[in-house]
Amino acid sequence: MIEVKNISKSFGEKLVLKEVSGVFEKGKANLIIGASGTGKSVLLKAMVGLIKPETGGIEYDGRDFTNGTNDVRHEVRREIGMLFQGGALFDSKNVEENVMFPLDMLTKMPKDEKLDRVNFYLKRVGLENTNKLMPSEISGGMQKRVGIARAIVMKSKYLFCDEPNSGLDPQTSIIIDNLIKELTEEYNITTIVVTHDMNSVLEIGDHILFMYKGEKLWEGTNKEILDTDVTALQDFIFANKLIRDLKKNTNG
Amino acid sequence: MKSIGRYFILIGSLFRNRERFSVYLKLILDEAVAIGIDSIFIVVIVSTFIGAVTAVQTAFNLVSPFVPLYIIGTIVRDMTILELAPTITCIVLAGKVGSNIAGELGTMRITEQVDALEVMGINSASYLILPKIIAAIITFPLLVIIAAFLSIYGGYLAGIMTGILTEKQYIYGIRYEFHSFNITFAMIKSLAFAFLISSISAYQGYFTKGGALEVGKSSTQAVTNSCIAVLCADYLLAQLLL
Repeated sequence: MIEVKNISKSFGEKLVLKEVSGVFEKGKANLIIGASGTGKSVLLKAMVGLIKPETGGIEYDGRDFTNGTNDVRHEVRREIGMLFQGGALFDSKNVEENVMFPLDMLTKMPKDEKLDRVNFYLKRVGLENTNKLMPSEISGGMQKRVGIARAIVMKSKYLFCDEPNSGLDPQTSIIIDNLIKELTEEYNITTIVVTHDMNSVLEIGDHILFMYKGEKLWEGTNKEILDTDVTALQDFIFANKLIRDLKKNTNG
Repeated sequence: MKSIGRYFILIGSLFRNRERFSVYLKLILDEAVAIGIDSIFIVVIVSTFIGAVTAVQTAFNLVSPFVPLYIIGTIVRDMTILELAPTITCIVLAGKVGSNIAGELGTMRITEQVDALEVMGINSASYLILPKIIAAIITFPLLVIIAAFLSIYGGYLAGIMTGILTEKQYIYGIRYEFHSFNITFAMIKSLAFAFLISSISAYQGYFTKGGALEVGKSSTQAVTNSCIAVLCADYLLAQLLL
């Protein structure tokens, strides 16, 4: 479980996170949604330690990640896996080397064991026999799947995904969403996904946090979101005609 | 001033939370190939021609019958070892290696590869920059030695082939009044330039913000700043050590 407690962050004069709090539970796909520029990615970066919040803190299963000791931060970091928006695969390494990278750097496992683990996770994300391909030789969707394999190869307890569907076609987006959901439940991971894709919200959103102008404005599930009476959230979700029609049909 | 402060903080951070030595060893070897071996061709071309041109231009300016011709060899040798081999070679390398380092790190920054390392708990600055600096410190002096040798040989070829002086005169000239400290001085310069070029270029690349346009700007800035730093260090070292 990850607990965010009253975190605030500003860049210069601009306050981008205003006392945001939230609890993200284990085994659930927790989604942070909102329009562009509402502080979703800043919140995610603060949670993984890429940005230090000015006030408040983040706890990972009771361990203070923000204000704790270096040892605690180091321990937590090794339990975090992250899928970046563009995949962030290392260009100079092939698929196998990319997935093996955290094992090479953070463990002293024998080479055979590492290879077995890499092959297991590559198979799990549907990419067996792609070991020797370079990132430039595979599609965007495959890059995302390699990114997911790399994020969980350390048997991560916490998985962060920054806009996993960006740049993907709708069909591949659904595959990635389902993969994230399956892995979350299968390995009982605390997963946090930043997205503005309403399909993802309705498909996998066990717990949703809506950000608006740097603040948490709404919290709930994908079952509750269509019935919201929060105007900003209504504007966000019903910007899509398909969702408006879906709502009308549900009411009808 | 802010940039200089940030540069020194970055250099300091290279030595904190380092990874295992074996990790660096492989990276240093890879970087040594990229920085050193891949630069040999340009160093060979530049240094041979510079030596040849120095010999021809020195001969053109030595019109007095009171100055013996072997002095051409002596001038080529001293100019090469003291200045042309270390400084010109390193300025050429600032263009090739500096832009490469800044471009690579800049691209890694904007594509979030640097963030990926940080999230894994790896000191990205140390992992990415330290091997480049060490590889540059190892390979630059070797490239300067190659450049010095070829430059003097280029002078020899130009001098003999154009009939400016005889082989015997040139060999006598390059042996005449030789000070071995000049070699030490050239090596000290190459070490200092290697550090400056690799670290300044890495700084420019590592702190790139934005997109492809900014990566290009970082590469240009890396080359400009490296060249300025090399020239300033060149003057300071000459003033201090000669």
